[in-house]
Amino acid sequence: MSGFLSSSIGRKISMSLSAIFLMVFLLQHFVINFTSVFSEDLFNSISHFMGNNILIQFVMQPILILGVIFHFVMGFVLEIKNRNSRAVGYAEYDGSANSSWMSRNMIISGAAILAFIGLHFYDFWIPEITTKYIEGDTSGMINGNFRYYEELVHKFQPLWRVVLYCLSFILLSLHLLHGFASAFQSLGVPSMRNKIIKTIGNIYAIGIPLGFIFIALYHFAIH
Amino acid sequence: MNLTLKIWRQKSSKDKGGFVEYKIADISEHMSFLEMMDVLNEELITKGEEPVVFDHDCREGICGSCSMFINGEAHGPDRGVTTCQLHMRKFKDGDKITIEPFRAKAFPVIKDLMVDRSSFDRIQQAGGFISVNTSGNTTDANAILIPKEDADLAMDAATCIGCGACVATCKNSSAMLFVGAKVSQYALLPQGKVEGKERVKNMVAQMDLEGFGNCTNTGACEVECPKGISLDNIARMNRNYVGSIFGS
Amino acid sequence: MSVLNSNVPEGPLKDKWTNLKNHIDLVNPANKRNIDVIVIGTGLAGGSASATLAELGYNVKAFCYQDSPRRAHSIAAQGGINAAKNYQGDGDSIYRLFYDTVKGGDYRSREANVYRLAEVSANIIDQCVAQGVPFARDYGGQLDNRSFGGVLVSRTFYAKGQTGQQLLLGAYSAMNRQISRGKIQMHNRHEMLDVVLVNGKARGIIARNLETGEIERHSAHAVVIASGGYGNVYYLSTNAMGSNVTASWKIHKKGAFFANPCYTQIHPTCIPRSGDYQSKLTLMSESLRNDGRIWVPKSKEDAIAIREGRKKPTELSEDERDYYLERRYPAFGNLVPRDVASRAAKERCDAGYGVNATGEAVYLDFKAAIERYGKEQCQIHGHKNPSEKEIIAEGEKVIEAKYGNLFQMYEKIVDENPYKTPMMIYPATHYTMGGVWVDYNLMTTIEGCYCIGEANFSDHGANRLGASALMQGLADGYFVLPYTIGKYLSNEIRTGEISTDSPEFEKAEQEVKEKINFFVNNKGSHSVDHYHKQLGKIMWDKCGMSRNAADLKLAIAEIKALREDFWKNVLVPGGADTTNPELEKAGRVADFLELGELFAKDALNREESCGGHFREESVVQDGEQKGEALRNDEEFAYVSAWEYTGEPSDAILHKEELEFNDIELKQRSYK
Repeated sequence: MSGFLSSSIGRKISMSLSAIFLMVFLLQHFVINFTSVFSEDLFNSISHFMGNNILIQFVMQPILILGVIFHFVMGFVLEIKNRNSRAVGYAEYDGSANSSWMSRNMIISGAAILAFIGLHFYDFWIPEITTKYIEGDTSGMINGNFRYYEELVHKFQPLWRVVLYCLSFILLSLHLLHGFASAFQSLGVPSMRNKIIKTIGNIYAIGIPLGFIFIALYHFAIH
Repeated sequence: MNLTLKIWRQKSSKDKGGFVEYKIADISEHMSFLEMMDVLNEELITKGEEPVVFDHDCREGICGSCSMFINGEAHGPDRGVTTCQLHMRKFKDGDKITIEPFRAKAFPVIKDLMVDRSSFDRIQQAGGFISVNTSGNTTDANAILIPKEDADLAMDAATCIGCGACVATCKNSSAMLFVGAKVSQYALLPQGKVEGKERVKNMVAQMDLEGFGNCTNTGACEVECPKGISLDNIARMNRNYVGSIFGS
Repeated sequence: MSVLNSNVPEGPLKDKWTNLKNHIDLVNPANKRNIDVIVIGTGLAGGSASATLAELGYNVKAFCYQDSPRRAHSIAAQGGINAAKNYQGDGDSIYRLFYDTVKGGDYRSREANVYRLAEVSANIIDQCVAQGVPFARDYGGQLDNRSFGGVLVSRTFYAKGQTGQQLLLGAYSAMNRQISRGKIQMHNRHEMLDVVLVNGKARGIIARNLETGEIERHSAHAVVIASGGYGNVYYLSTNAMGSNVTASWKIHKKGAFFANPCYTQIHPTCIPRSGDYQSKLTLMSESLRNDGRIWVPKSKEDAIAIREGRKKPTELSEDERDYYLERRYPAFGNLVPRDVASRAAKERCDAGYGVNATGEAVYLDFKAAIERYGKEQCQIHGHKNPSEKEIIAEGEKVIEAKYGNLFQMYEKIVDENPYKTPMMIYPATHYTMGGVWVDYNLMTTIEGCYCIGEANFSDHGANRLGASALMQGLADGYFVLPYTIGKYLSNEIRTGEISTDSPEFEKAEQEVKEKINFFVNNKGSHSVDHYHKQLGKIMWDKCGMSRNAADLKLAIAEIKALREDFWKNVLVPGGADTTNPELEKAGRVADFLELGELFAKDALNREESCGGHFREESVVQDGEQKGEALRNDEEFAYVSAWEYTGEPSDAILHKEELEFNDIELKQRSYK
């Protein structure tokens, strides 16, 4: 076990495990958000549950944050190492001849997603933590109603934010279009040319970000 | 056809090196790329200049010596071929062709387009073998039955010619297709399974030590590989590596 | 009595090797640690010998000019490796393999060596499988075999069309194991430029580091040459660009006799030359002749029209085609042995019927096979009244399954689709049966200097059978030399380390340096390739597939003149202290220019036709066999071993008479 995380394959595998964890999180996040489209009550009650459940708040949330940090830090560490493994670059390099843009630019899509997460934390997570743990208001209520749905709708009113969200989800989609199959490949499942895994990956990578975009546009449009 | 060649010239590993442009005329489309280089070199020699140094030997695509990065691709624009099998009919009259050495920290340039790929040898020495002495009384070859499918897959992995195109083309200079192919060949055969765990651990450790980058599954290596070595070999190596660390 | 002693052990043929092994002196393991062996070349013979000697405990110093042992040209062998395993139960045996090899070699090989080769052949397969060589298997998981080169049994083991590659990688992996243990010191990108003799024994070499240009001294208790054949004397051949005779030639000049240099195999199915810029020829597996029909146009007008691009081969009707092999050899047809097929192609092209722009190509046509297989497939699938198109589609599928990779390779090189238009082929130099003379123990006439694999002369006589080169290389390296070298080394246990400071090393190094300095300082006017191409043309035209006394005499004079010109006017750019491929080539071509002359001299001396050596003067005069090769066992059943005395033309001939006690000598007939 020692040295696993310093070996190339160990790092690959840790990247893919954290990626799969984040993809599972993303899926549940999407499902919960999607309820806001058809049921304000359902959305509110789930949100309240998630925001106040001890297991989720104090076990899952820290793991998630660590997972996000790990995935990003390791991603950057690997990128730097990979760049350093070619001291003199090519004058001409035709990457598009043999690989997809997505696969070659995970660091760009990844960095964009990181920036998005920053915005997202600023929009939702920091106010939420402030309300709950600094101001001590764990009721989840404002003016006698659950506040979650209102907050969500409120955030999607400015056009700039909706546009920014949409762009970020497009980049997330690009990240996932390569990342989904890549994660399984790294774990040892021959995936890169496997039709089934590729298809599931494409459905996931396009479907989930598209769903998020739909939610944002929906709330922007109807309110 | 007439061509302009932009070629990397570097006197030695210590020299900085740079591009030099050459014009070359009357190239037949039936020539191989290296025959075109021969014509250039013959011209340079007659002019009293030093010819361009490059690795080449069998010129039939099997020894793995030739190693040019042509117009942004390892072994040039054709698929399933080494540089020596690339023919000039893939180019047009008036083309400008950029020719660079295979580049990676683990493949330092020796001179011009010739690079040092001994890192591949060292990876093999770390475990790319089955420990059996020559005795003349190993078991009869047919005492070990091997399912045809496994034998064929092992053969597919074993066709790697060690040219280094995978490393050269990979944006990360990763050697995982090469190492994966060798690990796979033995992992697929019963003879190789005995030392399987140690082999994958040692070969991966040596690969890391040599300074190759990490694999991000772009798949470029598989596309540019002259022998079409499959990415599945990398997955198999990953699997075996995990098994060697965590398996009982 | 000849000075040559083949040291063949006494006793019945089948017991010779066993007896020798039982009684040979062995070296104590503790002493092996103190003994060094140099091995030049890391192909099948050198690689397997290095690995095995290191396993036994000797310190091996291995050298190759390539950047890795894995790139030796053994890697290019396609077809397979023979072994008398009789897995197919079709009547194969050690004796039959022995018999086929001697007969195939046209009775010009040493019986005892060939028998030993057949004996150890089965061990090779066991050893390679244990190493992880992925030979082809059948659905039951057992090893598959095919029939190869017109023999009557299926004894050829193969790994797709890359058998040489897989066997070499096996030997390379065995070497790697020993390199990692420190038992082999591997010197890549090093070329041996001379052997050093101390008191008449081979004690080391002078080598050039091809990367830095440094001249190095390396000492050992024995030197093994495994540097392959000299087919590149023809300039164009199926050999690798770097394949050379230098190591063999250097030991020849220091006292090792060179045997049968004129025995060369010209392989009939190579891709033809397309122009003067051609640097190398590519072989396609002989198996193509199993289904392809060879022809040229019947009329010269058609041949000219095709050469000029006015006509296509597919436009010629059956009546307008000359299937000359089927016409001349009705019994064997397109499957006649390599030498016969090659000569027949040359005869037609020389007569003006060649079909590509250079006039040196014949057609290999798969149309008939495609139609035959197509009809068969339609029948099998119950397809009544199939259309022409359907038949061809089915037939092409069968051909693709059998030869797909070869067809693809052809198309890449020639840019024509061989399914639709006939392939063009022409013979090319492929293998050299001649080489350094060795005794039964594989020792040359220099004490302590051994020669194995294609570099020696021993096992293939005047013609090599398909799938036998790999067998011989590995037999020598894995199973023969490691035993026989012990006989010599057992007397070396008290020698101690060999110093490289002796005057002998000093002198040898000085000579090597002088030659290198000459090359880099000679302000000549012609490149090395200029001379190599000219030499190749002389060899091909006058010492090629068909030879006669007048031409050979001319060749000797021309090569001599060319050599003199070379030493005056060769131009080698660049310096001595750096990577300099032109300098490497200069040294190699200098040796080819000497070998070429000896080659012609040997061919002139051998006034008979045998195997790959065809003398126009020695043919059957009349009867059914009229015009076919005629061997002369009365006068020429010997090995020609040449002793160097200063100039190739002054070489002294020593004869090793060949005795055949277990085999009856017969003339070959394929009519």
